[in-house]
Parts: sequence; C-alpha cells; structure tokens
Amino acid sequence: MRRKLYEIVGRTLLYGCAAVTAGLLLFLAGYILFRGIGGISWRFLSTAESVIHGTVGILPAIKNTVFVILVSLAAALPLGVGAAVYLTEYARNRRFVAAVEFASETLAGIPSIIYALVGVILFCTALKLQKTLLAGSLTLAIMILPTIIRSTQESLKTVPVSYREGALGLGSGKWHMIRTVVLPSSIDGIVTGCILAVGRVVGESAVLMYTAGMSMAMQSFSIDRLAGASGATLTVALYHYAKENADFAVAFSIAAILLILTVIINFSASFLGRKLKELTYG
Amino acid sequence: MAETILSARNLDFYYGETHALKDICLDIPEHNITALIGPSGCGKSTFLRTINRMNDLIEGVRVTGSLTYRGAEIYAPDRDVTELRKNIGMVFQKPNPFPMSIYDNVAYGPRTHGIRAKAKLDDIVERSLRDAAIWDEVKDRLKKNALGLSGGQQQRLCIARALAVKPDVLLMDESTSALDPISTSRIEDLAMELKKDYTIVIVTHNMQQAVRISDRTAFFLLGELIEFGDTEKMFSQPEDRRTEDYITGRFG
Repeated sequence: MRRKLYEIVGRTLLYGCAAVTAGLLLFLAGYILFRGIGGISWRFLSTAESVIHGTVGILPAIKNTVFVILVSLAAALPLGVGAAVYLTEYARNRRFVAAVEFASETLAGIPSIIYALVGVILFCTALKLQKTLLAGSLTLAIMILPTIIRSTQESLKTVPVSYREGALGLGSGKWHMIRTVVLPSSIDGIVTGCILAVGRVVGESAVLMYTAGMSMAMQSFSIDRLAGASGATLTVALYHYAKENADFAVAFSIAAILLILTVIINFSASFLGRKLKELTYG
Repeated sequence: MAETILSARNLDFYYGETHALKDICLDIPEHNITALIGPSGCGKSTFLRTINRMNDLIEGVRVTGSLTYRGAEIYAPDRDVTELRKNIGMVFQKPNPFPMSIYDNVAYGPRTHGIRAKAKLDDIVERSLRDAAIWDEVKDRLKKNALGLSGGQQQRLCIARALAVKPDVLLMDESTSALDPISTSRIEDLAMELKKDYTIVIVTHNMQQAVRISDRTAFFLLGELIEFGDTEKMFSQPEDRRTEDYITGRFG
C-alpha cells in the first residue's frame, strides 16, 4: 500500500512539472499571439516607419534580421565546423583539446553584453567598421561560434569507429574519410547546432544595440549597402517600441512575428537537415 | 608451393608497454587461405591488423622487425599507407556498411581512388557484387540504403566493397562471428571461391571453420606463434603440445 502511494505521488509530481512547463509555454505563446497578431498587416510588414506618412512598418527590421542571421552563420559555420573537425579528428594533444573545450563551454555561457563590448572594441573601433550590420553580424558570429563547435564535436563523436575503419581500410585518406563518411553522418548534429545558433542570433538584442545600432530606416536591398548600414533587427526594434515609444501594440506584433519566425526557422532547418542527408546518402 | 606474398621476420609489436606480438616469423603463400587461430588476446587480430597497418590508428603502438608484402617493407617510412590498404583489403568482425546506398557503398573505394566515369563504376559495382555472391539479392535495390540489408547480406556487401578496389590480399577479421550459421556458410563458400584470385588471411575463433576452409593455419598463444603449417596436418598431428591442447579444446 505504501509502495503504491509512493508510486502515485511520484508520478503526480512529475506530471505536475510537465503540466506547469507546458502550460507556461502555451500561455506565453498564446498571449503573445493574442496581443500581437491583430496588429500584423501587409502594410505593417512591407513598409518602414515614417513620421511624415504616419506609418509604422517593420520591413527594415525584417531585412536586417535576415541579413544578420545569414552573415553571422556564413562566418561562424565554416569556422566552427572546421575547428570542431580539427579538435575531434586531428588534435593529438589531449590537454589542448580539453582546454579549448572548457573555454568554448564557458564562452557559450557568458552574458552577451560582454560580446557586445568585444565587438565594439574589435570590429567597430579597431577594424573601423563603425556601428554597422556587418560589425553586429561578425560579433554575433563570435558569440555563436562555441555553440556550433560544441554541437558539431558532439555529433562527430557519435560517428561509429567502424565507419572510419571501413573507409580507411579501403585506402581512403583521412580527410577524404572525414569529408565523405564522417561529416555526412553528423549533418543532423551540425544542423541542430545551427538552429540553436540562429535562435541566439534572432533573440539577441544587447550585442546589436552596441554594434549594429538602432536605425529604423529603410536601407537599400543590396548586400554591400546593407552591410555598411546601421540598423535595428526585430528584437532591437521591439525594444525600441516597447521602451522608447511605449507602443506596446507594435511591440507585441513584433514579438508575434519573432515567434512565428523562430518556428519557421526550426522547421526549415530540420527539413534541410533531412534533405541534406538524403542527398549525400542517395 | 605457391609464392610467398606476406612475410614476417622477427616481428615484434607493442601497445605502449604491452608486448603483443613476440618475434613472429611467418610466410603466407599466395592464393591460399591462411587461418590465424588462438585464444582471445593471443595476438592473432593484432597480427592481422599490422598487415594493412590498421593498428596505426591506435596511439602509442610500436613495431620492430620486418614485415614485407611482395618483398617491400610494410612499415618502411616512405610507405604509402593508402596504396597499401588498396592492395590489402579488410573485412571486419561486424558488418560495417556505410549509411549510404548499396551502390554507393561498393563505389566508395573506386571513387576514392579516382574513378568517376558512371559506366565504369556501374561495371565495377556489378562485378564486385557478383563476386561477393550478393548481386541477385540486391540488383533491384541498388539505390536503397545498405543498412536495410540483413547482417549476412551486409557482410557480403562489405566483401563486395573490399573487392571493388581490386585488392591483392583480403584480410578477414572474424568476419563471420556475428552471423548466423547459414550466412556463415555462404561466406565460407565465398572465401573458397575467392582464393583463386586473391590471397586470404582470416582470423577465426571457430576451429571447424579453420579446418573447413583454410590451407594453412597459424596458432598464436600469448603473442607468440606456436605452430604454423598445413591445416590438415596441424589438426591431425600437431607438433606442439600447446597446439594439441588448444585444438582439442583443453583451453581457449
């Protein structure tokens, strides 16, 4: 009888934890959509803010966000995957590897405002990029580098030794083996790392306020013009409307868009991962 | 007597402090099946893996003495290991097809060695699968993932994959120990068939298997080569007491 009670109490507590967590998340998502979705219109999505025309639009912020995601990933992905391959497959010095792993784990956890400081000193000032979307993207690239390195490493480690032996036994060189067998087998983990990284990029505001600026103005669509411009991403725009304009309706609309964007990114990334795997394995 | 293809002279092998092979002297003849037998940890697999330098993957190993393949030192400093492994193929204990299509598995080796032409690859894939006695079972699903095959089929696929790079020697590291009796017997038949064109060295725990398929047998114990000779003779009149004790099942 006591045993049975013990089981029931345990199960109820666990059920409660799950219910509270799921409930909170659902409430949050529901509340944001409820408050925000009404303000979303084609006009809202396709125009810029204009005092003269009296419009509130977030097209520049959407463009800036996409730009920042693409550029920071383009910079961090090859670097991070390359570093992870070196650390897991080539590095012989165990203490060096352990030190780098410890450092990257620590770096993945430090507050982003510290990256902002580094970005301001390194990219904005020393490299004379000033407050631009390029400087912001590069700073974010540094910020997401540890995430990409660690998730790639974990994924590389799960590739069975038997695959490696099979490839080497056929006379494959080490790099050829990695490129043709190890990396394709770990594409899932790399994609997961990218999703986490994009999540951090989309959610980041502190770094971008300091390194990319808060301009709400429309920039040209060309890459070079966008790179050299200062601009706010969606999160920074959200901050701008909520804090400086106290316009919560707009802030909630942006929040709803961010929520939807995140869902889209996650789905498309896992879709892409599956497709890539099919493509490499035929 | 066939020509010697692999020859070990005073070969010693160390894993760090462990002396795994002691003063091995052994000549393996061409177009024969040579079985390496002995209890676990006796060094038979280690010896097999020194032949294609698979042991290079382990840190802290050291090899002294001489081991030659067609007269050339396998451990010469300027030895091209990828070329060596192309000539000396290996089939592992557990089937280890890559998680790709059956076709891509077999084409992996030829592609690695620079063959790109589709027609030529098709040709190699078909011939290798036929030689490995699995063509009829897979010819209609070459584009399907190899992991969907049964264990025995996977192992024959791995043999086909090894044959596709046209090796000279085929090393089989307990390649039937993870398989059921029917698959095992198919692979044994296959090995007997393949020895016309290849030299085969197998490691086996199964003494009946050594008797069934091998021409010569080497018995290893605690890193030493105790006895090496004609399989029939060794199993009927072993020269060494320890060989007799092992093959009659007194230990092992």
